[in-house]
Amino acid sequence: MTGFMHLVRRDIRLAMRQGSGTYWTLMFFLLTITLFPLGVGPEQAILGRIATGVVWVAALLAAMLSLDRLFQADYEDGSLELLALVPVPMEIIVLAKCTAHWITTGLPLAIASPIMGMMLNMDPAGFLILAGGMLLGTPVLSLIGAIGASLTVGVRRGGVLLSLLVLPLYVPTLIFGVIAVDEGVNGLGAQPHLLLLTAMLLGAIALAPWASAAALRLNME
Amino acid sequence: MGASVNLTGKDLTCVRGGRLVFQSLSFQVAAGSVLVLRGPNGSGKSSLLRLVAGFQPPAEGAFLWDDRPVAEDRDGHRTRITYAGHLDAVKPALSVTESLQFWARLGSKGDPPVADALDRWGLGAIADLPGAYLSAGQRKRLNLARLSLSTSRLWLLDEPTVSLDDSAVDTLMGVISDHQADGGSAIIATHTDLALKATDTLSLEPYTVSQMEPPS
Repeated sequence: MTGFMHLVRRDIRLAMRQGSGTYWTLMFFLLTITLFPLGVGPEQAILGRIATGVVWVAALLAAMLSLDRLFQADYEDGSLELLALVPVPMEIIVLAKCTAHWITTGLPLAIASPIMGMMLNMDPAGFLILAGGMLLGTPVLSLIGAIGASLTVGVRRGGVLLSLLVLPLYVPTLIFGVIAVDEGVNGLGAQPHLLLLTAMLLGAIALAPWASAAALRLNME
Repeated sequence: MGASVNLTGKDLTCVRGGRLVFQSLSFQVAAGSVLVLRGPNGSGKSSLLRLVAGFQPPAEGAFLWDDRPVAEDRDGHRTRITYAGHLDAVKPALSVTESLQFWARLGSKGDPPVADALDRWGLGAIADLPGAYLSAGQRKRLNLARLSLSTSRLWLLDEPTVSLDDSAVDTLMGVISDHQADGGSAIIATHTDLALKATDTLSLEPYTVSQMEPPS
């Protein structure tokens, strides 16, 4: 457990110092969302209708942007080999790196999401559900993304391949995240969808580290 | 048995990238001794170290630790090993102290004497410098400084003297000698002569398969 905390702290420190990844992710999130009123037109009813989907899609893309560095940097400078030999299981190492990734990307996105919703004239009744869904959904994005990132870790400029692998797997998270807000606003109750997101999160915590660790071991051969 | 044998490699065959690197290689490393790997470039010195570290399973053959197969106890094997390869694992954004502290704390419990290790490796004066500003030799020193804090029985060093100056090489020899005195052992791939006691030399050349020969 202490090994887990050391790794989380180191990765957050690295993310904060190296080109402040959190700031860039948030700026990308904001810029993508501001493109929609420009593209779709300033019609408030239309924007309010698509707001939830736009915020979620922008969050998916923003979370994905930083994924290719999740293991790549450690792989290239030899840290990954040393991490494979410390007395901490590889699965815990993956989980720690996902946690740090989520704290530096997913968490700020979830916190910023109601503000983005407000910009798009989203129904205020959905703000809390949107943020809640994001809090449950963004760790899933980090965990699933870790599988893709570890599969492509040896590939030079594997960013595009990574998106092709990971984006289809993000679809369920997107669907339930968006439906939760829609049903919540329409008075049908967001709870079942948030519970499904929780189930996905628990499933991802249980399965993704194993898949990712196995892929990393293969790539180190 | 005389001196207790720590690690035994039996009939090892290594295949990398579809190419047979060496075959039918056997060796022993006794407690407190150093095995020096020699051979021309591409003869499989690094590959053998990676096999021992467990990054890749041998295509044939097996490793034994105290006469027990390593494959049965991978987790235990990991804790017995400290590996220092060609890459120095130095993060540009972390200071010298932070780097060493991170690896030392992951490897052992409690608070390791990081400052002492840095002083021994001549890094005390630049302890707060970010990794981005280190020279190649300083990065190597920082990587090797992990050895001073290591509690592992077996050290795997891949050309550890590359880009080190004379005083750093002396430090390295001192650290390895201390490790040997504690009953630890090491496998070192190198092209230079090391001033160490109780060394065995393993030349890889006889086991190396020429590139023209198809894999059997």
